[in-house]
Amino acid sequence: MTEPIVSIRNVSKRFSGGVMAVDNVSIDIAQNEFFALLGPSGCGKTTLLRMISGLDSPTQGQIMIGGEDMAFTPPNLRPTNMVFQSYAVFPHMTVMDNVSYGLRVTGVAADEAKRRTLEALEMVKLEHLAERKPDQMSGGQRQRVALARALVKRPKVLLLDEPLSALDAKLRDGMRLELTRLQETVGITFIIVTHDQDEALSMATRIAVMDKGAVQQIATPAELYEQPRTRFVADFIGKVNLIEAAVLGQKGKTANCMAVGLGKIAVGTDKTCGDKATIAIRPEKLKLSTAEPKGPSLIKAKATIRDVAYYGDTSHVVADIADGQHLDINVQNNSRVGGSGFDRGQKLWVSFDPQDALLLTE
Amino acid sequence: MDNWKDFRKVFFTLMTPGTFWMLFFFVVPMGFLFVLSFSSKAIVNGETSILDYNYFSTITNYVDAAGSSYLVLLGRAVLWSAIATVVSLLLAYPLAFAVCFSSPKWRPILLLLLILPFWINLLIRTYALIQVMRTNGFLNQALGFFHLPQTDILFGTSAVIMGLVYVYLPFMVLPLYSTIEKLDKSYLEASLDLGASQPRTFWSVTLPLTMPGVITGIILVFIPCLGSFLTSDLLGGPNNWMIGNAIQNQFGEANNWPFGAALSFILMYATFFVLFVRAMLTRRSKGVDA
Repeated sequence: MTEPIVSIRNVSKRFSGGVMAVDNVSIDIAQNEFFALLGPSGCGKTTLLRMISGLDSPTQGQIMIGGEDMAFTPPNLRPTNMVFQSYAVFPHMTVMDNVSYGLRVTGVAADEAKRRTLEALEMVKLEHLAERKPDQMSGGQRQRVALARALVKRPKVLLLDEPLSALDAKLRDGMRLELTRLQETVGITFIIVTHDQDEALSMATRIAVMDKGAVQQIATPAELYEQPRTRFVADFIGKVNLIEAAVLGQKGKTANCMAVGLGKIAVGTDKTCGDKATIAIRPEKLKLSTAEPKGPSLIKAKATIRDVAYYGDTSHVVADIADGQHLDINVQNNSRVGGSGFDRGQKLWVSFDPQDALLLTE
Repeated sequence: MDNWKDFRKVFFTLMTPGTFWMLFFFVVPMGFLFVLSFSSKAIVNGETSILDYNYFSTITNYVDAAGSSYLVLLGRAVLWSAIATVVSLLLAYPLAFAVCFSSPKWRPILLLLLILPFWINLLIRTYALIQVMRTNGFLNQALGFFHLPQTDILFGTSAVIMGLVYVYLPFMVLPLYSTIEKLDKSYLEASLDLGASQPRTFWSVTLPLTMPGVITGIILVFIPCLGSFLTSDLLGGPNNWMIGNAIQNQFGEANNWPFGAALSFILMYATFFVLFVRAMLTRRSKGVDA
């Protein structure tokens, strides 16, 4: 990686009252990345974003932006701008005044400020509403004002705090595409905070998954989904079957396990395992068949269908296997007739390729 | 919500008692005072009657009230009230902010301390103030303790203004507190984030967004100050009368209700005029903003 634009080094934040909001986090974010901080509410992602903006200060650690230590730089002097979750569009100013505010307060000449403001409004397609007051606008429009107001400053890093959470579902999909397009046009590093995995997976180039103040994994969306490093990440990103297993022995990159409901199986791993591990397998990687599946390395088990939920394109099947273990299975509904073709109480086989299973130790 | 028009009878039944209350205890007496201000005491059998008036007989009450001695009292009331209001605002704004930013544990206690004086009679509090301000009072004792020059503020203008500020300060803090508390702090953060300094954020964002509280506070302090008489009477003495003292005197000792009524209405018109000027000023400043 070239010189990172934002470098977070061993940053911790302890709030008065002793709550550890952010716990020894280190992240390097490269120029021009669309980076997402993803995690459940209370995981410290917003606090981390606020520390990058300077609105909160770390208890420990260092934040560098563009190679400069930001420890003593107040928010108004940092090369970052933020789109707030509530948008925080000034209600007493017109759209024009809102967007030009950041230029006016820093002494940009009036005619240049006006030109840049109009440019920014054009970028978010709001030029026709320049004289409106925020209370005459929809939530989506106010968000565009907040975006334009931050982008007009040409920050090195744009920070977005849950930018889509206050929009309704349809607007959200459109805005997702628009944010990606904007990021590509302006070439500014975006850091977005979200609790919505779909949002992070579809927009970001890299994602840091956080839980309880700590970073669990930093990876590309595909890596996070297919190579989760911890149980938390596997469970948080998408749906997953987590099966407890006892590790009997390890030979090179293969661990022999005794898995609940599946019996003795061999799973590939590049880590050294202790005597306990969790086998993770995504629901769409499991197959159901009436006849016993054939294949030398396939892992298979007898199953009884407990529940079938029909979703149109797919059906979600819950099947009981031995030892009280159950598995979630996604079935593609490829035929127009007969739905998923599976019925409650039906006895059949569930199988998967051991390559699709992942051994998690953390 | 249902339209009240669907429940006209219920609505009228509920609002009737309050309406009659206001009618009989406000509109009727004020109407009577208005009539009285254009009346003179009747002469019955060569003596001035106590109860009878010649209604709508004269405008001399207003002519007398417009005399220089009373205009001075009115002007003084407007000026001192304005000073007391400005001082209250300057003191109250930081106080209100401090209460808003205090921890949730302390906030109710601070608010309680603020309204605590309301639980004690104004007369008692004002006499207590005399103890502080008099020549050998606590203020001068404290100054003497630090070897600072003594002051002689009791029965002077500053004593009256200090008294007014003391009495009406909570009326300024409370509306300010309620607007600042409702103010979304992310506006201030957004301003900082966009590059504005703290002072600039205060002038461009905080103050305009808390203006409703400022205006309510100004009205709640200025208007009662204008008509107050107890503070100026006890702390200012006879040389520091405000228009309120003259009105009290006419209805009391001087027993000249028609003249007192005329003074009251002049004070009321002055109040309306000040409110009108304020409304014009805010309208103009809005025009500048937009």
